[in-house]
Order: sequence, then C-alpha cells, then structure tokens
Amino acid sequence: MNYFPDEVLEHVFDFISSHKDRNSVSLVCKSWYKIERFSRQRVFIGNCYSISPDRLIARFPGLKSLTLKGKPHFADFNLVPHDWGGFLDPWIRALAKSRIGLEELRLKRMVVSDESLELLSKSFLNFKSLVLVSCEGFTTDGIAAIAANCRFLRELDLQENEVDDHRGHWLSCFPESCTSLVSLNFACLKGEINLGALERLVVRSPNLKSLRLNRAVPLDTLQKILMRAPQVVDLGTGSYVHDPSSEVYNKLKSAFQRCKSIRSLSGFLEVAPRCMSAIYPICTNLTFLNLSYAPGLHGNELTKLIQHCRKLQRLWILDCIGDKGLGVVASTCKELQELRVFPSDPYGAGNAAVTEEGLVLISAGCTKLNSLLYFCQQMTNAALITVAKNCPNFIRFRLCILDPIKPDAVTNQPLDEGFGAIVQSCKGLKRLSLSGLLTDQVFLYIGMYAEQLEMLSIAFAGDSDKGMLYVLNGCKKLRKLEIRDCPFGNAALLEDVGKYETMRSLWMSSCEVTLGGCKTLAEKMPSLSVEIINDTDQMEFSLDDRQKVEKMYLYRTLVGHREDAPEFVWIL
Amino acid sequence: MSQPLLGVEEEGQSNVSSPSDDCISQNGLGLKERNYLGLSDCSSVDSSGVSSLTEDNKNNLNLKATELRLGLPGSQSPEREPELCLLNSGKLDEKPLFPLLPSKDGICSSSQKTVVSGNKRGFSDTMDGFSEVKGSVYTEKIWMFPGAGSDSESPQTVGHGKYPGNPGVNVMLSARSSGAQASVKKDGPPNALQERPRAPNGTSLKQTGISNNNSSAPAAKAQVVGWPPIRSFRTKTLATSSKNNDEVDGKPGPGALFIKVSMDGAPYLRKVDLRTYSTYRELSSALEKMFSCFTLGQCGSHGSPGKEILSESKLKDLLHGSEYVLTYEDKDGDWMLVGDVPWEMFIETCKRLKIMKSSDAIQEQQLERLWM
Repeated sequence: MNYFPDEVLEHVFDFISSHKDRNSVSLVCKSWYKIERFSRQRVFIGNCYSISPDRLIARFPGLKSLTLKGKPHFADFNLVPHDWGGFLDPWIRALAKSRIGLEELRLKRMVVSDESLELLSKSFLNFKSLVLVSCEGFTTDGIAAIAANCRFLRELDLQENEVDDHRGHWLSCFPESCTSLVSLNFACLKGEINLGALERLVVRSPNLKSLRLNRAVPLDTLQKILMRAPQVVDLGTGSYVHDPSSEVYNKLKSAFQRCKSIRSLSGFLEVAPRCMSAIYPICTNLTFLNLSYAPGLHGNELTKLIQHCRKLQRLWILDCIGDKGLGVVASTCKELQELRVFPSDPYGAGNAAVTEEGLVLISAGCTKLNSLLYFCQQMTNAALITVAKNCPNFIRFRLCILDPIKPDAVTNQPLDEGFGAIVQSCKGLKRLSLSGLLTDQVFLYIGMYAEQLEMLSIAFAGDSDKGMLYVLNGCKKLRKLEIRDCPFGNAALLEDVGKYETMRSLWMSSCEVTLGGCKTLAEKMPSLSVEIINDTDQMEFSLDDRQKVEKMYLYRTLVGHREDAPEFVWIL
Repeated sequence: MSQPLLGVEEEGQSNVSSPSDDCISQNGLGLKERNYLGLSDCSSVDSSGVSSLTEDNKNNLNLKATELRLGLPGSQSPEREPELCLLNSGKLDEKPLFPLLPSKDGICSSSQKTVVSGNKRGFSDTMDGFSEVKGSVYTEKIWMFPGAGSDSESPQTVGHGKYPGNPGVNVMLSARSSGAQASVKKDGPPNALQERPRAPNGTSLKQTGISNNNSSAPAAKAQVVGWPPIRSFRTKTLATSSKNNDEVDGKPGPGALFIKVSMDGAPYLRKVDLRTYSTYRELSSALEKMFSCFTLGQCGSHGSPGKEILSESKLKDLLHGSEYVLTYEDKDGDWMLVGDVPWEMFIETCKRLKIMKSSDAIQEQQLERLWM
C-alpha cells in the first residue's frame, strides 16, 4: 500500500545509491518496483550473460550509466580461451537503437571491437565517461573515434587493456572544442603519441584532475604538462628518466612543488632512481602510491621515497621492496588501508623477496589495514595468526604463496590454522584467496566463521568433497566461488544445487567433477547455465559421463543459454 | 581517476588500538639481523638444548592448536608432530646447492630461499620476535631469532656454519628455542633496536628447507598454467620494463647497475647492483656477506655449531684483514684497487669486481698482463 505520492518516493529513492539497496527496494512491492525502475540511472551487471540488453533497456528506460563484466575472473590468468565470449557489441547495438541516453560505460574483461567503440561514440550525444579495465579486441582507432566524436567527454580511462596500438594519432583526434576532460588514462598503450597534441590537450582542459601517461611520454613533456596543469590530483608518469643535473630536471622539481593537489601517483615503468627526489615534496600528501610497475626502483631509493609518504592509504608495490622495506612501510604509513605486493619475478626460483615476516611487520604497524594482496615466498601459521590479531578489519585478504601447496615454512604443517585465524578474527571479510598447503580443515573454518564472505578463490587445496561442502553450506553470502586443482567432485557439486541460484557464478577447473555430474546439475537447475570449456585439442566431446571435466563455469541467468558461445564451449 | 571497477571498499573502521603500540612502532623498524645465506646464528646454541627444544615446540604448537580447536564432533585437527616434519628434511638433500640469486635490490636478498655454502647446507630461521605485540602467541614462536638471546647482536652472526643434515636441524631448533625463551624473558623487542649491519644488500637468507613442497624437486619450479595468479598484462609489461631497466654489465644507466663479482676459489660468480649502495663500506660489507660461505668453506669448519663462532670472526679477519683485496676492472680493462676514487666515479667506471687473495693479487695481475 502506497501512502506517498510517487514523486515523494522517487525523491526518497534518489538518496539510495548502492545497487544492493536499490535492488532490495525494487522487491518491496509492485509500485515500488515501478517507481524504482523509472528512477534508476546506474545499473551494475556482474555477469553480462545473466541478462540480455533488451530486458535491461525495457526495465530501466532512464539508464545513464552501465557497468558490465564479461569473462570469469580466472580469465586473467589465461585459464579461459580468448574467444570465450563477453562481447560488448550486442549491448551497444541494442542501446544505440533504443532511446537510452547513455552517458557512462564501465567494462571489465570484455571483448570490445573498434566498431563497437565507433558506434558508441556516435550514438550517444551526451556520452561522458568510458572506463575499460582488462578488456581486449580493440585498437587505438577505436579510441580515436571516441576522442573525435564524444563532444562532452569527461573521462577516458584505459586500465590494463590489451590494445593494438596503431601509433599516435588518436590524441590528435580530440577536437579543439573539447575542453571538458577531467580524467585521461592511457598508461596501458604501448605506442608513441603526439606529444604536442598531448600538451595542447592538457592546456585546454582546465578541469583535468587525473592524468596517467604511457611510457612514450618523456620527462620533459611531463614537466611541461605539470606546469600547465598544477591542479592535477592523480598523476601517472610516463618514462621517468633523465639526467638529474639537467635543466629539465630542475624545472620538473619546481613543477612538482607547485602541484599541491596530487594525492595519487603511479607509473615509473622506466625510472631513474636518482630523479626520485623531485617527487619528495608531493609525497607528504599522497594517499595512493602505485609502484607496482616500477621494477627499476628498489633498495634505498625506494625506502627513502616511502619514508616521505606518511599519509599513504593505499600502496601497490613490487616484492623487491623486501621484508625490510615493508618494515619501513609499517613504521611510516600509519594510515595504510590497502597494500598490494606483486611479484617482480614470479617464475624465478626463490628470488622473491617477501616472506611472512614482512606481512607481520605490516600488520603490526598498519593496524588500519583492510585490504591485502600479497605474493610471497612462504608463510607460516604463526604469522597469519599474528596478522589476524593485529588487523581484525580485513575486508579483502588475498594471499598467494608463489609455490603452490607449500606448507608452513617453519612447522611444515598445512596453513589451515593460519587462515582459520584470519576468518575467525576478521568478521567483515568479504573476499578471500587462499594458497599454500591446505586441508579440508581450512574450509571448515571458513564455513564456520566467514559469514560475510562473498568471493572465495581456491587453488590446490583440500582433501575431499567435504571441503567444498563446508563452504557451500556455511557461507551464506557467497556470490562467487572459483576453484582450481582441488579434489572436489560430483558429491560436493550436487549436494545443494539450489545454492547456485543464490550466487553469481561458480568456476571449477582441474577438479574431480565429471561430465555426468555437470549434466545432472544442468538438468536440475534450468535457471543456471552450465558451460563446459574444452580448449585442449585432445578432447573430442566424448559422451562418456564418467569423464572428468577440465573446466566448468556455471552462472545463474534470466535469459537461458547464450547464443554466442564458440565451438569449444558446450552449454549443457 | 575513476575507481577500479571492483571498487575500493569503504574505509574500514578504525583499528583497535593495541596495548603494545609502543612496541609496534619500535618493531616497525625492527628488522633483524638476517643470515644472508641462511646459515643461522648458532652462537647461543648448545647441544643440550636439543631435547628440550622439541618438547617446547610440541607444547607451543599444542597451545596454538587448542586455541583454534573447534571441537566439532567428528572433525579432526591435524596432527602436530613438529619433530617429524622437521626431520622430514631429508629433503635437505634435494635443496639446490646454489644459493638463489638475490634480486636486484639488496633488500630483496633478505629472504632468499635456499642455503648453500659450498656443499654445505644450513638452515636459517631468522625470523625475529615481534613477540611483544600480542601476548602469548609469541611464546610459541619457534621462529625467534636465536641472536635475540645472545648478547652479541652483531654482524659476526652472519656466516655461521653449516649443518650436516638432521643433527643440524635439531641444533638450529635449539637455537631457536633458546632464542625464543630468551626473548620472552627480555622484554621489549629483543632485536628491533639493536644495531645491525645495515648493508643495504640484505643480510638475510630465508631458507625454506623444511618448507619444501611435499612433492619432489622444489628447485625446478614446474610452471603450472595460470599460476601464480598474475594478470598477463602485468607479466608482459614487467618483462618489457625489466629489459629496459637492467643494464648489460657495467653500462651505467638510469636503472639498476648489475656487475659480476668473482672471488678466487669460488665455484660461481655473483652479481650485485652497485646502485643500491652509496659508499664503499656498504659495498664491502655486502660482499663479505655474500661470499662468506666460500670463506668459511676454506676455514674448514664442518657442522659442529660450537665452531661457528670462530668462523664468524675469522671471516671478518679474512676480509678486513690482509687475506683478501677487492679489485675492479675499469672501462679501460685495467684491474684497479677498489677505494681510490670517489664512489660516484667508481660506479661510473667499474665493469666488474673481483675478490682476490692478496698473495695472489700480485701474481694475478702479472698473469693478466701476460695474457693481454
């Protein structure tokens, strides 16, 4: 029963921005559903195959901002063949034909073509923001189309995409009349760019707050840009190499001194360590520092830099910082909330430089830590227990010991107790990635304690179906489960098939699940799409149900099986 | 800049303040003496510690076990047999003999994986106590740095001896346990504030002998598809960056400056990044640590922990004393004594380093001239 006029409700709903809350609102009653759907402007679709473009358009005619995710997470690690799917094209076509006034598009792990980009650029007059993360399939020609045709473009953010770089001219495609840029990130492009065009673009963009350059932009251009854009808040350097005794470098130093607003710094793919002192003045105000692509920066220069960064909240770094360097971080960066330590030499035999020690140091010094991604050489239960006690606020905890199934480095025990301590202590934990030697016990702990867990990544762990069952039974809020190389089989898979409807997706590869098991699941749950991915040549689709399935990806969907699956994907 | 799609979560709640905050801040810098080559400090070891040690371990681990025991019907907690696992290091035999190369950064070498000194293996477990941070958990730490217990928190602890197989294991453990106990008695972070040699070239070698994979060859890392889980974009980008940053021997460049270091009598060479040092002293002490294994090999002490102390001081003598000289080959191909020119000039011209026995140095140079 509705006691308020629709306009009042709409106004109230305006204050509700989180997707979850909006979704809940729409479930209350029919009239709330109706009001909510007409007023909704931002939609998040975590799996592009869970719904179709037409149904999206039909339900949300006021759509302005769309977020789409395509391939499963493990595609990042080459576990999913390239042409598996996740195509942007049908979405753009459908949206272009409709009356939707799309202004913002954010994509992750999707296949984007130049044609789609061009269509996008021409179909939406008010288009303002394009964010592409880990996408592929396009070239700088597509980017050029965006630059040329989106007259009110505010944001062009390319993060870690595989882009075919046709070199250079896309930057010049920004018309002289384009003065609205707020954010420009082309760090992932590998080719040359027109430096003059870049400078002119910066000069005519007074609102530019975020600028991330690629490797092809030399230090003297950076200096010129900073002189013209001292208001910049987020900066990614290009090539940061120069002679520290040069005039250009001196000018850069004074340019940095004028940039009082910089809070976020990244880049340094090429770096001359002796030039880092120019940056010290901005270090004091930095809240985000990303040096994870800067292998040229290490040792004393690195620690000296960090010692200036007392207000740091997020730090992304390579493991060449070492345990000792992490100690410096721990004593300097008391406000640290997020730490990511990436391996500088992932396949090297033991060159990695961080161990459980560094992590313990961090946990002791940075008690506000709530998000961790840590690639390390080894770990111990004792260390994890300590970390759990020091930092009970973890929301994301991802630990990757480079050597799979490595036990506690000291006791040779599985790391069950350590991870158990983490889940027990961190009551708000939403995302967890495990590694090392683990038995079913750790899953028992997870099932018992990880009440808020939404995403779990497991590799080379567990002893039996019990492990998976503990998790499926215990983690009520689980949305994404991805498993590789674990001894979980049909019994675990089929125990509670209804569970998968409450989740976004399940990935299982190199487990004990058989074709027969998957078929049974698909039969019982028509609301799920159960995909068998067969990219190995040897596999004919043998119809033997006892055959183990190499890769299975299942997800809930409202629109049945997708039509664009390639040959090697078999949807049961 | 737009947030990454997965979104950064809202800030967590402010942390709980811990009673040992002061210790934390001290501990923050509290990096301990690392045994670079994984040869643990045994100065506080005595063999009588062995049996008590393993018991300690047992007790300690049991404490932990009870702490986390869930007590569900039917669930079994994993066996805790520390002795067994440690003795499992028959796997020691599989450890590669070659110490793994330090990464570019001197700091990196703080956690090398394997240990080798000539043909001898050693363990290190040089984890130090952050014990004071949170109560009883730390009494259980068997990874306390033994040096914590000893009075000499000094560079000499580096380069200690080798352990022949199993007995070495127990010995090391006893070192640890005595360290653990000692550090519990001493309050305050035992090692954090003590001086330690701050050669930027890391001084520790974290060894993982007992933490080998249960499977066979640990050294040969079979590359598993999609492991470690790193985005291919990152791997490709870093590969290109490394190529740009690493310079060929001797060519000064903006990035790291790796040059070969050889030592008379050593079976293999090493590489150091000259840019991680800023003085001759730093370089020299880093080299001492790097090559201590060979020196000790020549000292001839084997295994018995008691003798390690001697070797340590002997090492110092060897390098600082008259036995060895540090020389380098400059751009012109001449072999020069290290130390004559200002540091900055030195790294511009140095192409490779050589640690020569003084007695040989003269002959060597004469020979070289004959060859040239």
